[in-house]
Amino acid sequence: MAAEFQTPEFREYPAVPNALINDATAHLSPFIAKPNHQEPLGFPGELVENWEEKAVEKMGDLLTKYRGLRVYLDSCVKCGSCTDKCHYYQGTSDPKNMPVARQDLLRSVYRRYFTFAGKYFPKLVGARDMTREVLDEWYSYFHQCSQCRRCSVFCPYGIDTAEISMAAREIMDSIGHGQKYCNEILGKVQTVGNNLGLPGPALKATMAEFAEEIEDDTGLPVEIPIDKKGADVLLITPSADFFAEPHIDGLMGYAKVFHEAGVNWTLSSHAAEAANFSMFIGSYSNMKKVAERIRDAALELGVKQIIVGECGHAWRVAYSFWNTLTGVGAGADPSDEYALKLQKQLDPNVPQPMHICEFTYDLIQKGKLRFDKSANDHRTVTFHDSCNVARASRMGDWAGGQFDIPREVIKACCNNYVDMDPDTIKEKTYCCGGGGGLLTDDLMEIRVKGALPRMEALKDVVDHRGVNTLAAICAICKAQFAKVLPYYNFPMHMLVSTHQLVGESLVLTGSNQEKALQPKQEEPAKEDEAQAKAEE
Amino acid sequence: MSVLYALLFYVATVLLIAGLAMKIRQYWITPAPLKIPTTPAPTTRGGVVLRMIREVVLFESLFKSNKWIWLFGYMFHVGLALVLLRHLRYFVDTTSFIWSWVPLISPIGKYAAFAMIIGLLGLWARRILVERIRYISGPSDHLMLALLVGIGLSGAMMTFVVHTDIVAVKIFFLGLMRFSIQPLPTDPLLLLHLGLVAILMIVFPLSKLLHAPGVFFSPSRNQVDDPREKRHLASWAAKLDK
Repeated sequence: MAAEFQTPEFREYPAVPNALINDATAHLSPFIAKPNHQEPLGFPGELVENWEEKAVEKMGDLLTKYRGLRVYLDSCVKCGSCTDKCHYYQGTSDPKNMPVARQDLLRSVYRRYFTFAGKYFPKLVGARDMTREVLDEWYSYFHQCSQCRRCSVFCPYGIDTAEISMAAREIMDSIGHGQKYCNEILGKVQTVGNNLGLPGPALKATMAEFAEEIEDDTGLPVEIPIDKKGADVLLITPSADFFAEPHIDGLMGYAKVFHEAGVNWTLSSHAAEAANFSMFIGSYSNMKKVAERIRDAALELGVKQIIVGECGHAWRVAYSFWNTLTGVGAGADPSDEYALKLQKQLDPNVPQPMHICEFTYDLIQKGKLRFDKSANDHRTVTFHDSCNVARASRMGDWAGGQFDIPREVIKACCNNYVDMDPDTIKEKTYCCGGGGGLLTDDLMEIRVKGALPRMEALKDVVDHRGVNTLAAICAICKAQFAKVLPYYNFPMHMLVSTHQLVGESLVLTGSNQEKALQPKQEEPAKEDEAQAKAEE
Repeated sequence: MSVLYALLFYVATVLLIAGLAMKIRQYWITPAPLKIPTTPAPTTRGGVVLRMIREVVLFESLFKSNKWIWLFGYMFHVGLALVLLRHLRYFVDTTSFIWSWVPLISPIGKYAAFAMIIGLLGLWARRILVERIRYISGPSDHLMLALLVGIGLSGAMMTFVVHTDIVAVKIFFLGLMRFSIQPLPTDPLLLLHLGLVAILMIVFPLSKLLHAPGVFFSPSRNQVDDPREKRHLASWAAKLDK
């Protein structure tokens, strides 16, 4: 399948917007979902007979349900502000990868059927009938959007192409024209409990292996419990943390932090997945269904707190949507029995849900974690802000905590930290190129090309600031970078999980590492040392 | 001619107000089921009001994005606002105390017309010269600019070159507001200017000019970032809890 393609050349840095190349990536389309991927999610198995009509009908339905969609479709003035902001446009030069042009693929149909101007003067306002050609274009280009929201930051009206691509995918699903990758995975999470389809017993065996590995290293019986009734904390983490590198090292980092904090925690085999790809396909009902497994697990296990592992879109769903979807949060109306049932059980004194970085950060602030920073001295680290964490959620109780907290965690355990170009981090961060349901081999070309701006910013700090380590806090970013770093001639092992840096430098009480450090710590305290030096 | 223009303005006013009211009502009643502010976002209602003011008054996001579009867009909008304020004198009694500030700012409005026209021409030049923006521009985008430039130029011409009887114009509009049709001067420039304005009023609720009310309803800008603290639930979504 995968056609030959060229990895984009690095441009002069910082780059100027590319000249347009029409239809540069018009040939890219992911595999279409088969009936057995579609039907379990409540979508027709294949393209329905009167799909043109049904698509317009579905659009009308969504327009009454989502204010954002309606406002965004009406408000664009074609000012051009967003045109150079998308990483897929930068990597492909295809004009339809400019956010406004991508929106226009849907807006043209909206205008035709839902606006006066489009009904009576279609040519004037670029309105188009719903045709096969339009559908194919939608299928191609709405799967070349990672829903990263970078365009939305720069739009004077906050128009969010993510919302439009979600709506387009929801419409395509509803007429039986879904994407195989997302829908197949959603089937697994809804039947087995995680994206991999990993059954409970296999999960237990894997966790036992990891625990053993930690014990070999630290000499301590650090647990990774599953389905432990009476645990206080339920950890919901992307299932990639159970099998992929460097994700696993992040998971072991969480386990060490929980161990050191003395927390009674557990994973759940029923809800062994933080990821919720329903967001990518814009399906509220499926998103709720997947999130409900977490609610059920929390109620079943009786936990007081829910913590979420390193994952970008999952943190968006958890932070921004879980309370709405399933009541994981606080502040439900007194008449809202559904939400209160869970909220009464959860500890009101901590944010629900909590990000693992928030948890570790709090412990660091309280001085409860000791690090041997020299364990990371061979690294000069830079941090990749994940789009969904950066632009669609928060950590901590201040705006922008999602930028500060992971950096503070990294700096607490590493001596050498460098940020990438300010235009490519924090709210202006570039997507890894694989988010939004694009992390599939059949879209490798767009993934590699879309990674270009991030890779350019990385190359800048590698060449000029000695960076040799790229830390991520998202399962998709990690999987994507692991694949695309080699295309840009970076070593794959430069990629780490943020909690891998934590885990590798955390000095657990009573561990082999602590014993190895002992002689050093018996030396006089710092002031004495300074005094001694002064006396010399 | 006076009757024709009187009817034209009645129709345009009704369409503008009714059209905008319908659109605003539509935005108002359509729920935003999920919390989707573009973060970092304010964590309080007051913070959101400030964010919205920065967006509407300073075009903050556009400034972050592209200084040229910001500059021309800002010149046009501020110029237009000042010109509109100057035009208040045709509709209110400027001798009354509450409107006594109108004559004071009128001289600024006079020259603001240039800012407005230069801004529009700058935006139009970008639309033609910048490949990316040329690609996304349709006929309606050019027509809208032509309409606004036409209004600006015809108005400025009357201010600076060929004057019209503005006292009669004021009597005409004050008359309209009392449903009495007074004679309107028949200078071609004035008729052109007013005709274009009426067209603008009519297309406002049917076009991208809806960005004006739209920005206030944009969930990525007007939502408070507090999803963990408060359960946000749309009525259609609440039914799924059962």
